[in-house]
Amino acid sequence: MAIPSHATTGERIWHYTYRIICGLIFFFLIAPIVVVIPLSFNSVPFFTFTPEMLSLDPAGYSTKWYEEFFSSRNWRGAVLNSFKLAFFSTIIATTLGTIAALGLSKAEMPAKTLIMGILISPMVVPIIIAAAGMFFFYSDVGLASTSVGVILAHAALGTPFVVITVTATLVGFDHSLTRAAATLGSSPTHTFFKIIVPLILPGVISGALFAFVTSFDEVVVVRFVGSYQQRTIPWAMFSGLREQISPTILAVATLLVILSILMLTTVELLRRRSDRIRGLA
Amino acid sequence: MSATTAQNTDDLRSAEGNLLTADGVPLKTSLAVAKRQRRNTALLLVAPLFLFILITFFIPIISMLVRSVENHVVADVLIQTVPALESWDESTGELPDESVYSALAADFKKAFEDKTAGSVGRRLNYDQPGFSSLFRKTNRKARKLEPPFKEGFIKIHKDWGDVDMWRVLKRESGDYTMSYYLSAVDYSYTPDGEIVKNGEKQRIYLKLYGRTLWMSLLITVLCLILAYPISYLLSTLPVKTSNLLMILVLLPFWTSLLVRTSAWIALLQREGVINDVLVWIGFISDENRLAMIHNATGTIVTMTHVLLPFMVLPLYSVMKTIPPSYMRAARSLGATPFTAFVRVYMPNTIPGIGAGAILVFIISIGYYITPALVGGQSGTLISNFIAYHLSQSLNWGLAAALGAILLGVVLVLYILYDKIVGIDNMKMG
Repeated sequence: MAIPSHATTGERIWHYTYRIICGLIFFFLIAPIVVVIPLSFNSVPFFTFTPEMLSLDPAGYSTKWYEEFFSSRNWRGAVLNSFKLAFFSTIIATTLGTIAALGLSKAEMPAKTLIMGILISPMVVPIIIAAAGMFFFYSDVGLASTSVGVILAHAALGTPFVVITVTATLVGFDHSLTRAAATLGSSPTHTFFKIIVPLILPGVISGALFAFVTSFDEVVVVRFVGSYQQRTIPWAMFSGLREQISPTILAVATLLVILSILMLTTVELLRRRSDRIRGLA
Repeated sequence: MSATTAQNTDDLRSAEGNLLTADGVPLKTSLAVAKRQRRNTALLLVAPLFLFILITFFIPIISMLVRSVENHVVADVLIQTVPALESWDESTGELPDESVYSALAADFKKAFEDKTAGSVGRRLNYDQPGFSSLFRKTNRKARKLEPPFKEGFIKIHKDWGDVDMWRVLKRESGDYTMSYYLSAVDYSYTPDGEIVKNGEKQRIYLKLYGRTLWMSLLITVLCLILAYPISYLLSTLPVKTSNLLMILVLLPFWTSLLVRTSAWIALLQREGVINDVLVWIGFISDENRLAMIHNATGTIVTMTHVLLPFMVLPLYSVMKTIPPSYMRAARSLGATPFTAFVRVYMPNTIPGIGAGAILVFIISIGYYITPALVGGQSGTLISNFIAYHLSQSLNWGLAAALGAILLGVVLVLYILYDKIVGIDNMKMG
């Protein structure tokens, strides 16, 4: 969108104004995330920049909030729980979601829209309603305050993402490939693992990442279905923000930003790979 | 059938001229069988997830919906009183007779052993304040009652001589009740069983629904205003640059909601970064720091930031498909840049606006975490009240009824989304 040489003065002014507006909006998007990083190195227990920090005085900075994070039993338990719950719920969500997506993308699938609508609904129903329902039902069946209960609940919340991403990969899927494999004597299982899996793998992995993040970032269901024994990182942050605000939360936030950069990179690389394989790029 | 003769001909045909497969079955039948098999395979593949979602997600929500009308506790505990009350005519204005009171005495004796009297008191208290203390007090003393029970009960608590209390008890003794839904929309029963709107001061929920819808709408509009220019920029820049700028949209999208909320707390609070900057440049004085958090402003700013990527992504994907030649054509036909943009470009982006707006709106009317942390009094939404009734007031029936109404609103929007965008077209990332 380079500015043409014949542009009038008014057009030039508008062009630069527009760029500035866009710049401000991008600033609005990214600044809050960037700002937590320096604040997490604060030497005082507040969420603000101290005069020492602004004058770049080393005394204004410290890593004590990181030390507190790594030495606290409360946080260590939360980290372990977060990874454990997210890991198991991702496995369930990815397995069931991928298999269902394979079925959904078959042309012969009856009542496709209705079934898709039902399978995707965990993503659309407000989380508090899901949490309320699970709070009642899981205590009736004895799953309340158990890791199994939270894992099942998180798996249910994560499946829509897997279904969506895998179905999207299958849109460009050339079915003659599986037929070609069959005519060459490959068994259906062999075809599945040698032909289908490599092609849909990028979609499966990014779906799995979405499911992982859904569980990893989830607070409401954990709070209602689980108990302190199942506390996760967001749970600990949520209670921390409600009770006493300590920059430890910002240290955790910084670590989570790094994690999300890693995830974003992975998903982007996978998306490009998938487009390349399917010849869309 | 003449399968053998058919095989002699070049194209496999039966005597009637229908196409046959190599094993002599008519092609149509064979195709139908193959299709049915593929259909069954497809269903079989979807079945595990379908059952999983049904059990872990749908049944819980249905159990919540049931809870919003269910009312077993009164009839379950007052097991003799409730049947005895059936013959009592509440319209005469006279108290039930001695047989009801003696049934009540028996029920209280049992309830004392089972420790269940409190739950009935709490349940009836939702409909008529006073029941909770009535049941507590009676529970302590009713065991020692001797006939005549009627005088005995009234001596324990004068409310047992109040016809209105008995009317409420009788009305709420059925297996199902509408009273949670009535409370959820600020209505209630009078003791005579009439449905009336609550007094001005007790009307909370309709106002809260109104606020939730209004704030969601405002957030949606703000997201649209902010998303439109950057989506347009992203869709018109060369791929290399736009991919780079896209990171600025995707990084917040992938960053934990709690991280973004804590960041906004750091920015917006009284001693926060924004107030510090404003004081430093002399825009406001130190005493007049702006209150931007723990109120509606906090919720709106934070939620707009959190939901902005959900608006940018669908808008961007639609804008990407609009050929730039449309605008050039409009310009060459004499339209000013403004007219060309408004009359030609914008109508083409409506599918993206619709998709993004409904998505953002659906997410924001059910939002809980952010309003709970930065909303304060004026910035809380309906979800926060549902959570409050679930975990603090323990009025689960009311929580379920409020949730059911919210679910109804979301369902309508979901169907609308399907009509406009199509659920199959939902994309991520």
